[in-house]
Amino acid sequence: MAHEVLSALKRDFIHNLIVEGKRADGRDFREMRDISVKTNVIAKAEGSAYVKYGETKILVGIKLQKGTPFPDSPGEGIIMTGMELNPLASPDFEAGPPREEAIEMSRIVDRGIRESHSIDLKKLCIREGELVWMVFVDISVINDAGNIVDASCLASIAALLTTTVPADEANGFDSIPLPMQNIPVGVTVVSIDNTLILDPISDEENVCGTKLTIITENDGAISGMQKSGAEPLLPETVLEMVKLAGEKGAELRERYLSNLSIRG
Amino acid sequence: MSSNQTDVVFFDENGLRTDQRKPDEIRPMKIKIGVLSRANGSCYLEWGANKVIAAVYGPREAHPRRMQLANKAVIRYRYNMQSFSVEDRARPGPSRRSSEISKVSREAFEPVLFAEDYPKAAIDIFVEVLQADAGTRTAAINAASLALVDAGIPMRGLVSACAAGKVGGKIVLDLNKPEDNYGEADLPIAMTEDGKITLIQMDGHLTPSEFEEAMELVQKGCRQVLEIQKAALLEKFASVMDDDEEEIIVEEEIEDDAEADVEISVESEDADEADFDEDDIDAFVAEVSERLAKDVSAIIRNYEAEKCETDIDLADGLFEDEDLDIVIIEDDEMDADDLKEIEAFVSDMADDDEESDDDDDDSDDDEETDIFVIDAEDSDEEESDEEFDDDEEEE
Repeated sequence: MAHEVLSALKRDFIHNLIVEGKRADGRDFREMRDISVKTNVIAKAEGSAYVKYGETKILVGIKLQKGTPFPDSPGEGIIMTGMELNPLASPDFEAGPPREEAIEMSRIVDRGIRESHSIDLKKLCIREGELVWMVFVDISVINDAGNIVDASCLASIAALLTTTVPADEANGFDSIPLPMQNIPVGVTVVSIDNTLILDPISDEENVCGTKLTIITENDGAISGMQKSGAEPLLPETVLEMVKLAGEKGAELRERYLSNLSIRG
Repeated sequence: MSSNQTDVVFFDENGLRTDQRKPDEIRPMKIKIGVLSRANGSCYLEWGANKVIAAVYGPREAHPRRMQLANKAVIRYRYNMQSFSVEDRARPGPSRRSSEISKVSREAFEPVLFAEDYPKAAIDIFVEVLQADAGTRTAAINAASLALVDAGIPMRGLVSACAAGKVGGKIVLDLNKPEDNYGEADLPIAMTEDGKITLIQMDGHLTPSEFEEAMELVQKGCRQVLEIQKAALLEKFASVMDDDEEEIIVEEEIEDDAEADVEISVESEDADEADFDEDDIDAFVAEVSERLAKDVSAIIRNYEAEKCETDIDLADGLFEDEDLDIVIIEDDEMDADDLKEIEAFVSDMADDDEESDDDDDDSDDDEETDIFVIDAEDSDEEESDEEFDDDEEEE
């Protein structure tokens, strides 16, 4: 998190490394940390995923509840995304209602899921105008070692891909796998000294002036984007970042999510 | 207890419970210490189908400053349930229930912590319930206790928690979900190593004699939990303790014998035994063990360093749905003999829950675990007089 106090010495260290073409953990600029995805880890949830980006650890649980649809979309299910920055995940997180950064991050994830139409919400309608399924995506940050947005995006989608919608016999609704039709992937690019790097660790996040998260769909289209941080970006830098995120996103989708999507 | 359903069957024809346990048997427990890189100390614990993770931060500056206490550290405990940890989604954030549990759990730890050593500081204990299946507050306390040790925070001893209850007219240990929902009483307690009760709650219906029986049983449960906690600590830190012992012996050797090689190891010390007479050896061993016991802070520093080097992987075996048992997580740093010794120790303990003090073959282990028992004698301050049961539990 950008709030952490970073000594000038450490700041210089990160900067100097980047200038020398190196990173603190020995990775290339465009190399991700080791990623692991585990699904169906919480028996009480309808879908769940535990994702690690190096030491960053995210747990996502999907719960489904019946509720009334919004008046403007009576035949569609509802998505609700929430993110909790658990105080156990970092010395900088505090207990209490979500602060603006948690709200921002959960909205980035939510935008990716919603705008890519990854869930076919029409299939979540039980009785039009009266009863639909509400999909709660609850993101729990277990350990924040940097880049929790990307890890949360990946974990949310992995959890959704393995979610089962329970049956509702009274209303003639059979149990189905959550109808997924798109797999959005979020990739955050940061710029330090005009060098673009992927998957920043905490120290790199603290050094960088701004982060750009780009969410891309199956066909490479962009479904969401967010600049976070005060430092301005040049238009050509933005284009370069988008290209980079698209390539990396496709790679991550192929490697970690495509094998989960069989049921969709 | 919410309801009494007469059609629920709690015992089969052999007197076993719905999950095939004996009435006085606790659910299998799986522990992994040091799972989070950002926390000062952490512990992941599974107890039956409960999955909890605890992290400890501190002692650190208490923030906001109005919370600071001039003469001692403020201890903060946060028990929180993940929204997806239960059957019907829970609203995120604190509830009346979780606030109450946080309060009584904090009070369960106050007697064992040296808060007076850290004025104006905070010791933060955070426990997240990832999956709930009856008995989360006791699971949380057991995990928090180990996370505190992992954080290197001096304690008078471990805190162990367990619940007893009454189901189908019978007193049983460690209620599972159906027993908790449809049983007649629930009695969770937390206990220090020297048998003082630091948390007690009860709801339901018990006659005085049933209460006595339940108290007896639940204390037995706590002692079983304590042994599992000790085994987990030993498994995590045994290799560190061994290294430490060697270092100190080498120092002693050099002091005793100026001509000794710098490279004296523990093994070569055995070979030299013939040169000492037996009294010397006894005195030497006594001195070394005394030094070891005294130098707790150095040991804590050492195992903190060790912790950073060891690659602890939360995902490895963490959420696996294999049959739960006390699981030895393999540690590359340990050699085969260490591992065998620990395995034997743990399986001994797991096998006979009756016979918790098997002194015959693991005197070394005892000596090592005792190092975590810091000044158990000093704990006779009277915090335990506080009333923890003034609040009725709400469901």
